[in-house]
Amino acid sequence: MSKIHEAFRNGKAFIPFITCGDPDLETTKEAVKAMVANGADLVELGIPFSDPTAEGPVIQGANLRALKGGVTTDKVFDMVRELRKDVTVPMVFMTYANVVYSYGAEKFISTCKEIGIDGLILPDIPYEEKEEFQALCTEYDVNLISMIAPTSENRIAMIAKEAEGFIYLVSSLGVTGVRTEIKTDLASITKVIRQYTDVPVAIGFGISTPEQAAKMAAVSDGAIVGSAIIKILDQYKAEAPAVLGEYVKSMKDAMK
Amino acid sequence: MTNQNGRFGMHGGQYMPETLMNAVIELEEAYNHYKNDPEFQAELAELFNNYAGRPSRLYYAEKMTKDLGGAKIYLKREDLNHTGAHKINNVLGQALLAKKMGKTRLIAETGAGQHGVATATAAALMGMECVVFMGREDTERQALNVYRMRLLGAEVIPVETGTATLKDAVSEAMREWTNRMDDTHYCLGSVMGPHPFPTIVRDFQAVISKEIKEQMLEKEGRLPDAVIACVGGGSNAIGTFYNFIEDKEVQLIGCEAAGRGVDTFETAATIATGRPGIFHGMKSYFCQDEYGQIAPVYSISAGLDYPGVGPEHAWLHDIGRAQYVPVTDDEAVNAFEYLSRTEGIIPAIESAHAVAYAQKLAPSMDKDQIIVITISGRGDKDCAAIARYRGEDIHE
Repeated sequence: MSKIHEAFRNGKAFIPFITCGDPDLETTKEAVKAMVANGADLVELGIPFSDPTAEGPVIQGANLRALKGGVTTDKVFDMVRELRKDVTVPMVFMTYANVVYSYGAEKFISTCKEIGIDGLILPDIPYEEKEEFQALCTEYDVNLISMIAPTSENRIAMIAKEAEGFIYLVSSLGVTGVRTEIKTDLASITKVIRQYTDVPVAIGFGISTPEQAAKMAAVSDGAIVGSAIIKILDQYKAEAPAVLGEYVKSMKDAMK
Repeated sequence: MTNQNGRFGMHGGQYMPETLMNAVIELEEAYNHYKNDPEFQAELAELFNNYAGRPSRLYYAEKMTKDLGGAKIYLKREDLNHTGAHKINNVLGQALLAKKMGKTRLIAETGAGQHGVATATAAALMGMECVVFMGREDTERQALNVYRMRLLGAEVIPVETGTATLKDAVSEAMREWTNRMDDTHYCLGSVMGPHPFPTIVRDFQAVISKEIKEQMLEKEGRLPDAVIACVGGGSNAIGTFYNFIEDKEVQLIGCEAAGRGVDTFETAATIATGRPGIFHGMKSYFCQDEYGQIAPVYSISAGLDYPGVGPEHAWLHDIGRAQYVPVTDDEAVNAFEYLSRTEGIIPAIESAHAVAYAQKLAPSMDKDQIIVITISGRGDKDCAAIARYRGEDIHE
């Protein structure tokens, strides 16, 4: 049983996303601790990439600020080593294929295991291309998280059958970013997924308010929030961890 | 269970967000159907011949040949196509395919503006909506092409993100496609991106080498010893190479933009300075730092400053079938001026990279040997920029 399952034992899971090193790694660390202390069940840590093609303007900005500040994959690994002294909830990396491939996939994935990273989300690795990374993830006990989109349709069965950790259900078409309304019939999609797997399903893309989080929790096992958190960080900088703690609490409460 | 489709050796593949997977699969299925459909091929041939002006001429550059004193030089005149570049070959094919698929809207990226102009042209012709993404910096370098696209009815969206050049325009077009694929076809401009794009674009551009072969056999009764083309993503080069890949006696030479030199950071020579990576939907060579961050690249040519290269070129390089050589800004500008004065042909600054290498190569070859240089586009669009490079302050 993967450690990620533990994140879904405390009611519906709240999963915050944060880009490591925006505005700096010290703030990232404090922000993660504050979010976990206030109910975050699983933390998605973004390793910045120069050209994040699945992201909207908010997370693109976070990636570029982090890189400009000198963040590297090795520095993120060091930060996670520090974080693991205090944080016990599951943590996963979200980054782009080239960051892993260029580092050396085996070196990257074995380091994940060593520092206590439980899963890996690569938005530019679809089912058809996953084997190259899946074999190493299996070897080193790191879950390769599968994504399902509103356009997946006939692909859902194939993806769900091999899913591990949790399934990242993309709420809407387009890239990441806050949306005022999510129109996709997510209940129907989760119903189809359920026919093929018991792996938990968490919904991401466009979620920012407690009302949206509650709606998503009603039709799935958890909600993933990224852009709204990056906005708070950008607005409050070093003061952001305290604000994020309150925000996470309000989201987790709404999902109960 | 990796899908082996769309692989060129280790390169290629379909590294796309799940949201777009059904769109690329639908495209692949449609293409596999229509490429063997005689009616589709007849319609495309009609567009090529009577709209784009094909076949393009294979011109014997007699003065250049005499001046260089070596191999006989022919120019494949893609600059004479409608819209002034080879880009129209691919765009007519993709626009026709998109129309058959029931799409009503084309989106595209553009660097120098040639592919954007070609896409806007095809959209106007076929009554489709058109949106072109172009790096902010390029909209300034190529203001006239921005006006052309708007004149043709397209919307041009300046891209401010990243380095505000070609790679960012590709990223933004991909993001837009993720947002809207029902009625929209992404008309990718080069032999890059996820499968099936590198194959589709190559097949539509392969008309270049098909014609060179026929024309050369007619004029000289034999194949050329070398064919030379510039390489950014690599569409005119793969078009120039494709029908010669099996003819091992024909040397295939791709000219990359070295910018200020391959030993500087201001370069776009991917095969000379890059290493394997995964980006923009494909595995190939990319200019990148030690952590896989895509490098900002530079060339005087807005059409060649892309940090990657098409996967089939990466493979042709790996197996040693094609040779890739770097050509600097200085060499390209000299060749731009040289061809203008020697033959009365102003080449695109992109194509001038191929001319520059031919200037070095031809004198080392025998007089009974033959070189074909693909002049991928015309250079009118570059005149103001080259004048500025030479210190003359003129503006379009």
